Amino acid sequence: MNKITKFAAVFMALCVSASAMALAGCEQGGSSGTDDTSKLNSSSKVDTSGVKEIYYLNFKPEISDKYEEIAKQYEKETGIKVKVSTAASGEYEKTLSTQMANADTAPTIFQVNGPVGYENWKDYCADLSGTDFYANLSDKSLAIKSGDGVYGVPYAVEGYGIIYNNAIMDKYFKSSKKSTSYKDMSEINNFKKLKEVVEDMTKIKDELGIKGVFGSTSLKKGDDWRWQTHLMDLPLYYEFKDGDSSTITKCLDASELQFKYADNFKGIFDLYTDNSCTEKNQLGSKTVDESMSEFALGNVAMVQNGNWAWDPISKTKGNVVKEDDIKYLPIYTGVDGEESQGLCVGTENYLAINSKADPAKQQASIDFLEWLFSSDYGKKAVVNDLGFIAPFTTFSEKERPENPLAKEVLAWMEKDGVSSVEWTFQGIPSEHWKEDFGASLLEYVQGQKEWNKVVEDAKSSWKSEVSLKAE
Amino acid sequence: MQKSIKRWFPVFVLPTVIAFIISFLAPFAMGIYLSFTKFTTMTDAKFVGFSNYIKAFNDSGFVDALWFTVKFTIVSVITINVIAFLLAMLLTKGLRGTNGFRTIFFMPNLIGGIVLGYIWLMIINGVLSFAGLSITYDASYGFWGLVILMNWQLIGYMMIIYIAGIQNVSPDLLEAADIDGATSFQKLIKITIPQVMPSVTICTFLTLTNSFKLFDQNLALTAGAPGRQTQMLALDIYNTFYGRVGYQGVGQAKAVVFFIIVAAIALTQLYLTKRKEVES
Repeated sequence: MNKITKFAAVFMALCVSASAMALAGCEQGGSSGTDDTSKLNSSSKVDTSGVKEIYYLNFKPEISDKYEEIAKQYEKETGIKVKVSTAASGEYEKTLSTQMANADTAPTIFQVNGPVGYENWKDYCADLSGTDFYANLSDKSLAIKSGDGVYGVPYAVEGYGIIYNNAIMDKYFKSSKKSTSYKDMSEINNFKKLKEVVEDMTKIKDELGIKGVFGSTSLKKGDDWRWQTHLMDLPLYYEFKDGDSSTITKCLDASELQFKYADNFKGIFDLYTDNSCTEKNQLGSKTVDESMSEFALGNVAMVQNGNWAWDPISKTKGNVVKEDDIKYLPIYTGVDGEESQGLCVGTENYLAINSKADPAKQQASIDFLEWLFSSDYGKKAVVNDLGFIAPFTTFSEKERPENPLAKEVLAWMEKDGVSSVEWTFQGIPSEHWKEDFGASLLEYVQGQKEWNKVVEDAKSSWKSEVSLKAE
Repeated sequence: MQKSIKRWFPVFVLPTVIAFIISFLAPFAMGIYLSFTKFTTMTDAKFVGFSNYIKAFNDSGFVDALWFTVKFTIVSVITINVIAFLLAMLLTKGLRGTNGFRTIFFMPNLIGGIVLGYIWLMIINGVLSFAGLSITYDASYGFWGLVILMNWQLIGYMMIIYIAGIQNVSPDLLEAADIDGATSFQKLIKITIPQVMPSVTICTFLTLTNSFKLFDQNLALTAGAPGRQTQMLALDIYNTFYGRVGYQGVGQAKAVVFFIIVAAIALTQLYLTKRKEVES
C-alpha cells in the first residue's frame, strides 16, 4: 500500500472519531437576538396573527401520540399548528441541547426538570409571572422562581410511596399463622408497625404465595433512582424541614449535608433488601421494570414507586393486580410523629417558554398552554388522555384521572391530618451525586462497604459537588 | 493529458474537500474551540480559557477511567491478535469446512455493540447467578466481561485480515525453507510472521483504537458499575456532559484530550510496526 494514502486513511479515521464526539452538539445555526427581558403577559397580548407554527418538545414518550391528537384539535380551532416531537426516554436533555442551538429548530415550549435543570437553561426561560397559565396554578409555591420572575410552571403533580397489593395483605391479615395483632392496613402508620408486619410476612411467605414482601431493590445503574433520589427524599425532607421556606430551596442552598436521618434511611433500606424477593448480590442487575412486573404478577406484596407505575403494572402480561387492590402506604422511616406523614408529592415536570424565540411565537405558545389547561376540550384531554393530576384551579373536583394510583395520590393529599412530603430531592446538587450515592448503596448491599462509609461518602460527595457548582 | 489533469485537479477535488471540511474539519475545529468555553448550546458559548482542562484533570473519574482503559486495551489487543492469528493459521491449513468456520467466526462482528452488550450481560449474569452474584459485584467481573465481549466481537474480523495476509505468503519461500530443513516453528517465525507484518500493522491499529474508544459495549454491559470502576474514557466523557450543571465544556475538554491520546498511541504504533514490515 502506498504510504501516503495509508497515513491519509489513518488520519481520516482519527478525525472521524474526534468529530463524532464534537458532532453531538454541532448543528450550526444563527443565534437569535432576543434578550431575557422579554416578559409574557396575558393582559397585554402580543399580536400572534403572524404565527403559523409553535413547537413543543415533549418529555413523556408514553403519551406522545395523545399530544398529536390534541395538536390537531388546536389547529382546527385556531389555525396555529402545534408541532410536537418527543425525545426518547432519558434523552431529553441531549435532544434539547442540540435543538436549542439552532433558531430554526428550537422548541418554543420545553420542559425543565426542577431548580437544577433550570440552572442549566435559565438563559432560555421566559418570565411567566404575568400569564394566566401561572395565575391558574393552585399552589404558587410549586413554580420555579428566581427573583421576581417565574420561569417554570408545573403541569403534572405526581406522588410516590410504597405501593401494596391489598389482596395479598388481606390474605396475611386473615392468616392463622400470623403473629402480629394487626387486622388492617390502616393500622400500619409508622415504621415499627410496618417492620413487624413485613418481617412476619416473610416468615410465612410460602403460605401467602409470594417470593418476598418487597419487589427487587433495583440497583442497576440508571435504574437506581428509586433509592438514590426518591427514598433519599425522606431524610432530606426531615433534615431541611425546620423553618418557613420550602425544603427544596433550603436543600438547594445547603453547602453541606448533615445526613441526620441516615439511620432512618438505613432502616427502611434494610427492610426492603432483607425482605426482598431477590438475593442481595443480584440486586445490581435488576431494573425498575423487573421490579414492577414482579409486583404485577403477584410475586411480591409491596414495591416502592409512584403513580406513573400503573401503566407498566397494568400492561404486564399476566397481571393479577386488580384496580381496586392497588393502594399506597407512605414511606415510613421511623421519624417521630410520622403517623401524620403522607406520600411524597411533587413534580419534576415544569414547562418553560423559550425566551429566545420570536415574541409572537412565545405568546402563541402560552396561548396554547392556557387552552390546554383551561378549555373544555383541553382539560378533558389532560385528564383522560394524558392522565395528569393537573395542579390548576381550572380543574374541578370531577375532572380527575382514571388511573387508580393517581386517584390514591389525590386521596392521600386530601386526607385530614396528613401532610405530604415535598420533593426535597430536587435540591440535590447534581446527577453526579445521585450516581455516586446509588453506587455506594449497591456496594453496601453487596457487603463491600460499611454503612458508616456510605454516609461519609454521601456527605463528602455533597460538599465537593456544591463547590464545583459554585465555580 | 497529464497536464490538463494537473490544471483541473482542484475542480475535481473540490466536492470531496468541501464535504471533508463540513463534516470533519469544521466540527473538529469547533470541538476544540468549545473545549475552551462554557456552554449549554453551541450558540451561547463563553470563553473560559484553560479552566475546563484543569477541571478535567482534577476529576479523579477521568484519571481512573484512563487507567482502566489502558489496562483493558493492553489485555484485549494481545488476546485478540494472538487468538485471531492462531485461528487464521488453522483455517489456512485446508481443513474441511474452512469456509463455514470462517463465516461463523466472522459473524459476531455483524452484530451491533449495544445488542452484543446486552446479550453478554444476560449470559454473564446467568452464569454468575449460580454463585448468587451479578456482574456488578466486582470491577474485575466487568473487566473480564468486557475483554471476553471484545474478543468475541473482533477476533473474526482480525482473523479474516490475517488469513488474507497468510495466503499472500510466497509459497516459493516456504518451499525453499522446507528444502533447507526448517522446522515448522522456524518457518512461522522467520517467514510467515515477517511476511504478514502489514496485516499485523493494520490489525493492531484496529484493535488498539477500537479498544481505546470502546463505548457501546461498555454502556450496555456495565455502564461503569460498580460505581465508576469499569467506566472507560468514552463513557466518562459522555457522562461528564450531563452529570453536572455547566460541565459540557469539561466533557468537551476531555474529548480533546482523548483525541490527542488516541492519535499519539495510534501513530506511535503505526511507526513501530511499520518498521518491521518487509518488502517481498
